Amino acid sequence: MAVVSQSAMTAEPSVENPKMTARNLDLFYSENQALYEVNLDIPEQQVTALIGPSGCGKSTFLRCLNRMNDTIDGVTIKGDVTLDGRDIYDKRIDVVQLRARIGMVFQKPNPFPKSIYDNVAYGPRIHGLVNSRDELDEIVMTSLERAGLLKEVKDRLQSPATGLSGGQQQRLCIARAVAVSPEVILMDEPCSALDPIATAKVEELIDELRSNYTIVIVTHSMQQAARVSQRTAFFHLGKLVEVGETDQIFTNPKDERTKGYITGRFG
Amino acid sequence: MTDMASLMEDRAAAKVISDNLRKPVDWDSPKIARNIKKRYAAERRFKSYGLVAIGLALLALCTLALSIGSKGYSAFYQTYVQLEVTFDPAVIDPEGTGDPDVIGRANFDGLIKQALRDRFPDVTSRSDRRNLYGIVSGGASYDLRERVLENPNLIGQTRTIWLISGDDFDMLNKGYIDPTVDEGDRRLNDKEITWYNDLVAAGAVEKQFHTRFFTSGDSREPELAGIWGAAVGSFYTLIVTLALSFPIGVLAAIYLEEFAPKNRFTQIVEVNINNLAAVPSIVFGLLGLEVYLNVMHLPRSAPVVGGLTLALMTLPTIIIASRAAIKAVPPSIRQAALGLGASPVQTVTHHVLPLAMPGILTGTIIGMAQALGETAPLLMIGMVAFIVDIPGGALDPATVLPVQIYLWADSPERAFVEKTSAAIMVLLAFLVLMNGLAVYLRKKFERKW
Repeated sequence: MAVVSQSAMTAEPSVENPKMTARNLDLFYSENQALYEVNLDIPEQQVTALIGPSGCGKSTFLRCLNRMNDTIDGVTIKGDVTLDGRDIYDKRIDVVQLRARIGMVFQKPNPFPKSIYDNVAYGPRIHGLVNSRDELDEIVMTSLERAGLLKEVKDRLQSPATGLSGGQQQRLCIARAVAVSPEVILMDEPCSALDPIATAKVEELIDELRSNYTIVIVTHSMQQAARVSQRTAFFHLGKLVEVGETDQIFTNPKDERTKGYITGRFG
Repeated sequence: MTDMASLMEDRAAAKVISDNLRKPVDWDSPKIARNIKKRYAAERRFKSYGLVAIGLALLALCTLALSIGSKGYSAFYQTYVQLEVTFDPAVIDPEGTGDPDVIGRANFDGLIKQALRDRFPDVTSRSDRRNLYGIVSGGASYDLRERVLENPNLIGQTRTIWLISGDDFDMLNKGYIDPTVDEGDRRLNDKEITWYNDLVAAGAVEKQFHTRFFTSGDSREPELAGIWGAAVGSFYTLIVTLALSFPIGVLAAIYLEEFAPKNRFTQIVEVNINNLAAVPSIVFGLLGLEVYLNVMHLPRSAPVVGGLTLALMTLPTIIIASRAAIKAVPPSIRQAALGLGASPVQTVTHHVLPLAMPGILTGTIIGMAQALGETAPLLMIGMVAFIVDIPGGALDPATVLPVQIYLWADSPERAFVEKTSAAIMVLLAFLVLMNGLAVYLRKKFERKW
């Protein structure tokens, strides 16, 4: 790619009162550097979309936000990531609690091979969020309701979750994440395994969830980013190239590479 | 210049290839038809190789089953001889005390011998009489004693009783001794065969189901020897093996698969576990002999030592199978649990382990089946001893089923041939049972998820 790198181009990376921030974030898989000096703020109760070509580091960055990269051998991280101003890589931070506060939805729907009810109830159970069966029932119902799934499954809560369709499974995974009352929900290409109808439902859901949660979504679909997000960050070759209001990124990108990517010239 | 030239060449080559691609393929040409025919022939050949392989395997299995079955089925029956026994008070309880101790010590053997002498009064010479007493087993006197102890009213009466026969008569009755061959070449002489024919003619010989084979321990007398002692020994040994190797094996597998850092040390551990699985079992026997008997002074011939030794042998099998089963659990499940804030231990115990359990159980039961059939290491730790008593616990001296088979196969008496085959059948039945259990457990766990 013959585009000259202009690292100073990361326009307006900071926002007022960010929910999460990343500062000078470098990440290495053993010897290979996957992220270079990423500076990004995640505004509260908004949807931030991370876009970029395959292998650009957007999923890697997402997984830094709830320390899922800790589970991979040979990963080293430099720089700071904060949640409400506190460094999440601090030794005193309990990673288990952190992941309860920052939920995650994965690319492929991955319900546990248990009943629908048990899937949603799992998080509250392990974190001891409930004192009685009734409370748990209520959390499960509310979570399913929020994920727009209750109507479809309320008659078969005890049937296996793996019997649901792909789109339903993904919404179940969202309900499962919502059930532990997270503050941030990370979504890693949540619609890439879904058909257009299921995708539309999940997108609608993301828009509704915004009023209660801070959402970061990785997506390959530019249209999706444009539809659901308020802010968009464009990653390329492990660097954050440009970030800004979604409208601005899609109508008036400042960087040549961003322009090239969103107009479909590469990626 | 050379760069330019090679570039031109590449271009030319690419042109040829693309010209070839552009040419339409004649799917009806003889060359293509030949190719298709060849492909079908190869497929048929491959299928037939598979069929032949399966056929051979089935044939071998059937031969084995038939040979063992035809040799062993007769061991489940035992010849009994009917005699008129007089419960002589002068022999059993001369003073009429009715004391069970006195009755227990009485010479019931003498009663049976008396009965035989009464049945064949013309037998007078010493050696003939000795042969005559061989018609009835030495163990029959114990049966008589029990009868009398149970019902003391028998004393003084004369009863017609079925008595367990000696092994040679049993063999004759089952047709394993051919009365037509030369007298010197068979176990029974002409006189003995005459007595036998006499008894048969009187309807005093019959075959009964041989419950004693399933309920008693080993014996020097084939007709009294049973499999139960060895079965109980095997049971205790396997319990010890399972109690040790299952938790240790599964925990080791979980640690290696889920928690261990991937470094040189864990690599060495991994390679050595695989090596251990290939170590000949006799080596484990020697290790058990040295460590458990010579250093730790655990009781010789005891199932606990056998179980400890077999646990060493089974561990690698269980670890390898468990690791494979754990590895087969999709990573997405782990991520889902971790993403919800489950700790690594919760992830393993709530999700990975239950999902891997069917595979782990299969591996464990295969390991257990291996242990059940293992002989060599047990010979080293003294489980090959001749033990008549049925073991009452894991610390009592015992033997196990395969060693019992080995012992009987080694015994000279003709009657032990059928016992050996019958013991093999019992061992195989246990193996089938265990595999059935494995399938059942697997199915059950799968349904739950």
